[in-house]
Amino acid sequence: MKVAYWPGCVSRGFTPELHGSMAKVAPLLDLELVELDRASCCGAGVIAEHNQELADTLNARTFALAQQTDGELMMNICSTCQGAQSECQERLDANTEYREHVNSTLGSEGLRYERGLMNKNFLWLLVEEIGLDTLRSKVKRPLTNLRVGPFYGCYIVRPADRLGVDAEHPRDRYLHMVIDALGGTVIDYAGVYKCCGFPIVTMNKQASLTMAGRHLGDAIDAEADCLVVPCPLCHLNLDLQQPAAQKVVARELGMPVLHLPQLVGLALGLEPKELGMGKHVVRPTAVIDWTASVVAAAA
Amino acid sequence: MPDYTLRIRRYNPESGEAAYWEDHTVQMKSHSSVLEAILEVKAKQDGSIGIRCSCRAAICGSCGVRINGKPGLACNTHLQTAAARGAEGTPITVEPMGNMPVIRDLIVDMDAVHWKKIRRVTPWLINKEPIPEREYIVPHENMVDVTQSMACIQCGACVSDCLSMEVDPGFIGPAALAKAYRFVGDPRDAEHYERLKDLSEDEHGIYDCTHCFNCIDACPKGVAPMSQIMRLRRVAGSDFEIEDRNNGHRHERAFVKNIKRNGLLHEADLLPDSYGGKLHPRAVPELMQSLPTVMKAVARGKVTPAKALLHEHKAPPEVKQIFKTIEARPKREELNLYVSGYEDAEDNLDVAHVPHTDEPTPLAPTYPVPEPPTESESE
Repeated sequence: MKVAYWPGCVSRGFTPELHGSMAKVAPLLDLELVELDRASCCGAGVIAEHNQELADTLNARTFALAQQTDGELMMNICSTCQGAQSECQERLDANTEYREHVNSTLGSEGLRYERGLMNKNFLWLLVEEIGLDTLRSKVKRPLTNLRVGPFYGCYIVRPADRLGVDAEHPRDRYLHMVIDALGGTVIDYAGVYKCCGFPIVTMNKQASLTMAGRHLGDAIDAEADCLVVPCPLCHLNLDLQQPAAQKVVARELGMPVLHLPQLVGLALGLEPKELGMGKHVVRPTAVIDWTASVVAAAA
Repeated sequence: MPDYTLRIRRYNPESGEAAYWEDHTVQMKSHSSVLEAILEVKAKQDGSIGIRCSCRAAICGSCGVRINGKPGLACNTHLQTAAARGAEGTPITVEPMGNMPVIRDLIVDMDAVHWKKIRRVTPWLINKEPIPEREYIVPHENMVDVTQSMACIQCGACVSDCLSMEVDPGFIGPAALAKAYRFVGDPRDAEHYERLKDLSEDEHGIYDCTHCFNCIDACPKGVAPMSQIMRLRRVAGSDFEIEDRNNGHRHERAFVKNIKRNGLLHEADLLPDSYGGKLHPRAVPELMQSLPTVMKAVARGKVTPAKALLHEHKAPPEVKQIFKTIEARPKREELNLYVSGYEDAEDNLDVAHVPHTDEPTPLAPTYPVPEPPTESESE
């Protein structure tokens, strides 16, 4: 399957292992990625709180670039992009006059957004397009005995209406389903649907890192080996900031946090190092005994 | 009539005992409300259960509780809906709302949190002078806009699950900030600037919201408190250029400037610029504090010194042009879907992607629109 691929900013900035691991995993899933390298930042909700039309226009441009490719749909690997873009798309799709107004700004570049783009996070694409049965059939190294805590964060599950979470598409269970399909054990803990705190880290560091620290602590109490996140911004607060969060909540943490493509890649037989796991602040390789929990089980 | 088991959280602070769960099974119609089931238990099985309720019609806002983990009104949650949220055959859990102290069982102290915060935002209209002899004439659009926050029935469901309040009880919170927008968005009010200045100077003010969207999903009346908070930010930041105590407006400006220049976010600049620039006295202690985090990122190869210092990516001229065009507009433009509504979208929404009109659509659009006609699949 060929998709117009929007990696976002942070996967090419402070979490390069996300972009790298997606590139490694895609061919194993028969995914052809047409990267949108001329598109701009989604605004992460911040541009929208400055000027809504600006955020809508920048994202309409990204959508238009995606529609110019021969991809079947647009795929992102960042929940924040998903949430911010879905919000803009909701307005663009709901009102023809407004859409035409935004398109008139894009006109000078010869671009035009047509209503009805399909934009899916890698998580949704895994479940809805590739399918869990296919995913299961590709597993080379089942994550047996690996206790994985799903961390959905906010942007990919709320508001439920806008993000298409319903009985037919239980997108708020997809991480659970993927962990299970890869052979891992799902660990439920208090922080599964909570906020990592990243959006307020410059405004209220104490509150932000208390959020991150508590969720990590709750996952430890539930005896998770690691967390998995569909969002690089969650990763920044939960992994990069983990030493600082540790101080704020006055508790030793040391919880590895995996990006979704890393978890998938591991089960599909890739090595932790090729998936960039050495780039994490809390190195999964240092905390998880892969030989006991994963590798030995496959042998 | 099916059986429903309610698992009710019981707590009596005067007893000196810890809170505990208690199961009660009732026979009810599946479209009966959770409140009716609680009242049935109270009438026939245990009269000591504490629950606050009055209208039973989602108007008075008294019966806010958490049902199977989600906040809402017990009176407008059907038993079958509540049961569907949990695994089959498991009881429906009913517990008091969060972020507020429990007085007894399902009753929380709204005065201690919710009403205190509502009073904090000056929740009344401050008339523009001189007061006209006859009625104020207000544009229809403005009035529809503020009706969204006027629809609040003060049930506290959004307060219950606000994730910022959970870690920072001082945060003014979603209900009170939505109420604040009700007056900031009202053209008859005389003190828009003063209200926003006040909320910006509060260290637990409008920039403490963490964008978790919980309040939007919690609200039984569609108030979308977080959307109102974003409106407050747009008016405070973009229209009045109010500098807030928490660096929110500076961060927003630094972010916008960053994207205008680089197209993609250049993280290494964002932090110092959010504090006014690398050499600003305000930035220095913050940057020193962040140094261990940055060093760790460098040590792990997440970021190289060259990547941190050089701007590898430049915004394409077309992106710069978008900023220029929109920033030159005489007035900020905004589409409020609460005012404009959703267009009838039956025509082409099943087209997943333009170059692939023959592709079957695997998924319905992600917002409420009428079902697309089935014959369009054969297009």
